[in-house]
Amino acid sequence: MADFADGLSHAIKLIIGFDKDLIAIIGMSLKVSISSVLISCIIGFPIGASLALSRFKGRNFLLVLLNSFMGLPPVVVGLIVFLLLSRTGPFGVLGLLFTPTAMIIAQTILITPIIAALTRQTIEDLWNEYREYLKSLDSKIIDTIRTLLWDARFSLVIIVLAGFGRAIAEVGAVMIVGGNIDNITRVMTTAIALETSKGNLSIALGLGITLLLIAFTVNGVSQFISSVLSKRTML
Amino acid sequence: MLKFLYITLCLFILACININPASAGNRDILLATTTSVDSSGLLKHLLSKVKKQTNLKVKVVVRGTGAVLNLGIRGDVDIVLTHDRKSEDAFIKNNHGSIIKDVMSSHYMIVGPDNDPANIAELLNVSTAFNRIANTNTLFLSRGDNSGTHKTEMFFWTKSSIDPKLWSGKWYRETGSGMGATLNMASVLGAYLITESGSWFSFGNRGKLTILIDKIAPNPYRIILINPAKHSHILVNDSLKFINWLTGPIGQNIIDNYEVKGHRPYSSASKIKAIVK
Amino acid sequence: MTKQETILPLEVKKLGYQVGNKNLIQDLNFSLVSGKKTVLLGPNGAGKSLTLRLCHGLLKPTNGSINWGNPVIKNINRIRHHQLMVFQRPVLLRRSVKSNIEHALKLRRVPLNERKSRATFALSKSGLEPLENFPARSLSGGEQQRLALARAWSIMPQVLFLDEPTNNLDPAAVRSVESLITSFHNSGTKIIMTTHDLAQAKRIADEVLFIHNGKLLEQTKADIFFYKPRSPEGQAFINGELLC
Repeated sequence: MADFADGLSHAIKLIIGFDKDLIAIIGMSLKVSISSVLISCIIGFPIGASLALSRFKGRNFLLVLLNSFMGLPPVVVGLIVFLLLSRTGPFGVLGLLFTPTAMIIAQTILITPIIAALTRQTIEDLWNEYREYLKSLDSKIIDTIRTLLWDARFSLVIIVLAGFGRAIAEVGAVMIVGGNIDNITRVMTTAIALETSKGNLSIALGLGITLLLIAFTVNGVSQFISSVLSKRTML
Repeated sequence: MLKFLYITLCLFILACININPASAGNRDILLATTTSVDSSGLLKHLLSKVKKQTNLKVKVVVRGTGAVLNLGIRGDVDIVLTHDRKSEDAFIKNNHGSIIKDVMSSHYMIVGPDNDPANIAELLNVSTAFNRIANTNTLFLSRGDNSGTHKTEMFFWTKSSIDPKLWSGKWYRETGSGMGATLNMASVLGAYLITESGSWFSFGNRGKLTILIDKIAPNPYRIILINPAKHSHILVNDSLKFINWLTGPIGQNIIDNYEVKGHRPYSSASKIKAIVK
Repeated sequence: MTKQETILPLEVKKLGYQVGNKNLIQDLNFSLVSGKKTVLLGPNGAGKSLTLRLCHGLLKPTNGSINWGNPVIKNINRIRHHQLMVFQRPVLLRRSVKSNIEHALKLRRVPLNERKSRATFALSKSGLEPLENFPARSLSGGEQQRLALARAWSIMPQVLFLDEPTNNLDPAAVRSVESLITSFHNSGTKIIMTTHDLAQAKRIADEVLFIHNGKLLEQTKADIFFYKPRSPEGQAFINGELLC
């Protein structure tokens, strides 16, 4: 229990002290994860919605594939992206290895299947409800997708949060492609891994508690925004 | 309302994509090295000094020895700093590096639980110590990952005429992990292990572990410039600047005087040369 | 609308719909013109809703043909554009009452300012104006169906299909829905409606298509049908004897 008490007091010291390094690490975590989630949504929402609406041979196989990709191991993705971005790899000339961009690429690959698969399920359920009505209105595909995505907005917020949660918590991919470089590509999870390997367990725990608080805050803010938005349509 | 959100989102993404500090033309040097140098804090100390004095910014990627050399072979970094003489020699032989220089040395030691069940404290002969550990079946952790530490450990087992793998999973445990993780395990389990001075003196979770036999072998570090003939993007000028600074009087002095928790884990190469002479 | 723009008459020939080996609808032949409120009447499971959906294009027939216009219109988009269906249970979007109407208008490519004014007009016509900013799904059953009709009103299709629109509604709601249907008819929309409620059919129909077991047994003027139907099943039905 002493470990946990130490960890808690470390967390409080770090947060109250506005430790400069900590702020930088938190900032990088948020930038990388939020960027990845946003890009994943831009790619994942339309893919999920189109899959929900389409019927073609081999669709079931594609769905199984997509659902399996939700469980892509981060280290594997990290390794693949590393090989792609390495100087000897196909995209080496871009010099993206060990940069935040590489981390965003890796996390986007990890999260997009989650967003797409969950969106697919949500939109398909909604479409079953709206299908005849939209057909009666002779809705074009693009209008149908926009209608369904907007009407599913509250479920989509939860999906986005799930994606964000996966991103901010993963360490395997960002460690390999980012390199955990001090002040450049160090994020909360890689910092925790580092401090743990240095035996600085209470610092690591303090960082861990801080990470939990951040995740909690992000979820809290989203919940607040969505309840405000839903109240607006009530008045 | 929607259009506003959408535009804000796009702007945010654009801003985030520009978080890379340097564009392709203005790159900082990339150095790959092993965890021991990083966890002792020496690197951070050196890099802040070199920045102040020469304005050189060095970005450091920390990995195991094998991965470090692999990054060098791929040209993903400009410089590597390692402590595995055989691998380094092979690296140079295969023309992956164009310049190699001695930098410093730390030393290996045997640490274990302070109650010392195998009774090896302050023995002068490592073989005797290893035999006592084997005979008393006391828990011994090995890195098991072909790192410099692991290779040194295997050298001593061979010298002691013992093959510890016969007891793998019993009193001899191969962790397959880095120094930090292995030390954590030893701390919890009360096991013996070989570790290195840089890692040990900065380790924060010693528990009941203590040094039982000190300075059993030296651990020399060398720095290598990746061969620009094989990789045209290597920042040769800046890298040489750094290598010369590190192996020059200022860098060597900083290494000798570097203290962590009251101990000096490193001796610079020039100091060692002076002593040998 | 002028004679050139109308998509009527509707000509249905040998219409059939098969699922597996079962013929749910067989050999339907009829023709519908403007100016009369047409009610498809019959017991539950007769095939009325199915026929409606086939005519509206929500399902593809396995046999037969459905042709609109004289001469026959080839452009499917034009045909779709002038029809709309109101369902037994109204499909409402997760938005406000007014938004639901504006959304339908948007899909019909009505420009923004016109959308707002048409929505407001439709709301006042159906008496839903005080509820315009409420979430549509929080309305009562009757209010929801009136919203579906207000939506249809703002679009003003040439042909309005209604599938048992007052099922499960209380009498007051039924009355207000029926009065809206009459308003549609009075402004020139062709009403094609299904019901199994005899009393409602009596109130609304100008002509009756009596369907039973997937077959069209008769197409008769309403006042004649309710006095003396031509088919024995029709007679049984208005006597309250034919249940399915």
